[in-house]
Amino acid sequence: MSGVAVRLKGRVGPVALNVAFEAPAVGITALTGPSGSGKTSLVRAIAGLLRLEGEVRVGGAVWQDGRTFVPTHRRALGYVFQEASLLPHLSVRENLIYGARRSGGVDPATLDETVALLRLEPLLARGVGALSGGERQRVALGRALLARPRLLLMDEPLSSLDAAAKAEILPYLESLHRSLALPVIYVSHARDEIDRLADRVLMLRDGHVEPAGRPDAEARLATLGGPERDRLALAALRAGLDPDA
Amino acid sequence: MLDVIWTTVRLAAVTTILLLVLATPLAWWLARRRTWWKEIVAAVASLPIVLPPTVLGFYLLLLLAPQSPLMALLHPFGVRTLAFTFEGLVIGSMVYSLPFAVQPIRAAFEAMGERPMEVAATLRATPLDAFVSIALPMARRGFLGAAILVFAHTVGEFGVVLMIGGSVPGKTEVVSTRIYQLVESLQFGEAHKLAAGLIAFAFAVMLAMMLIERTGSRRT
Repeated sequence: MSGVAVRLKGRVGPVALNVAFEAPAVGITALTGPSGSGKTSLVRAIAGLLRLEGEVRVGGAVWQDGRTFVPTHRRALGYVFQEASLLPHLSVRENLIYGARRSGGVDPATLDETVALLRLEPLLARGVGALSGGERQRVALGRALLARPRLLLMDEPLSSLDAAAKAEILPYLESLHRSLALPVIYVSHARDEIDRLADRVLMLRDGHVEPAGRPDAEARLATLGGPERDRLALAALRAGLDPDA
Repeated sequence: MLDVIWTTVRLAAVTTILLLVLATPLAWWLARRRTWWKEIVAAVASLPIVLPPTVLGFYLLLLLAPQSPLMALLHPFGVRTLAFTFEGLVIGSMVYSLPFAVQPIRAAFEAMGERPMEVAATLRATPLDAFVSIALPMARRGFLGAAILVFAHTVGEFGVVLMIGGSVPGKTEVVSTRIYQLVESLQFGEAHKLAAGLIAFAFAVMLAMMLIERTGSRRT
């Protein structure tokens, strides 16, 4: 299995998580659920920032099972936090290449591509203190992508932004969605984000994860055509859902 | 007079450098660990603020004297005693100023929060790499504050250096103990020169601290 397989169990504060799901090797899997349901904890555990019992496999690599626990810094992941969490003592450019330098070196072509995709060119030389919320999150996204991830984790990346900044960054996420050959787990409870971005939806409730994608997928399939529809159908099939059911 | 100033500056500089190196891991541990007994360690490390320098000096003197267990460990290296030596003064000053190094650095590490280190880990930085490339630069104001405090506190100490240094001219005599001796022997003119110099120095230090505080609060 070349996608993502997660089986995690453990107690985090008041929440008892007992979660098992798989995600295809390409596409955005939205993880939603009521606040306090443990979405952030689950994503942190997948990243190894939080230690739960169980298994995490990404693209054939074991990040965690009964015997091994690969520390976060040796997991090939990209993580976009709710707050951009840029490193305040570094410039935008230094923030962008921090992970790239530690995961095989900075490839100028990839850097240029990412900078172009996220329109970061005019910001590169600046410090991070003066950036707007939307700009900060774009830098955080670019930084995560440049770290050569095999799995991209995004924990409510838009929820700390105002409506304008959100509207500014959503198109970037959509174009990313089209160009990225990478599994993405996208935590959100915002309906519009999920509708626009997700290939499939998982619902975290009472500590369990269950597929919740069917109505959404159906609705989207009905409005789409061509390759977009095929891609969605494929993603749904991979997820074990029948889009025509 | 110059030799006394030189001894003082040398003592303060050596103490500052060694203490910053020593206090950094302790401050990091205190800032990051969540064990109930870490505050006991923190309290022990803060004792020199409360204890009279004579108490500290007395026990340090016993520790550095030829019969002490510590010195017994050093005998094979040809060291019999560190009492009344410059090295002994450095050790005493480090103990005496420990809280002034640990607390600003600890506060700076705590103000940083846990997120930057987590970000570093998600960007493949090993813990040591993250500490050097993120924690140290982010806490730089804490280090600057600690360095100024330790240096100034060492220049200003009297009781400990007198107890374990004995104010041996040319060796362990520093500005503060020289002033004491000058006053004892009624050489008020000489005493004035050194005392006024220390006041100017103290003012400069306090001004520097205030300016660091202000630039810091403006930036965050």
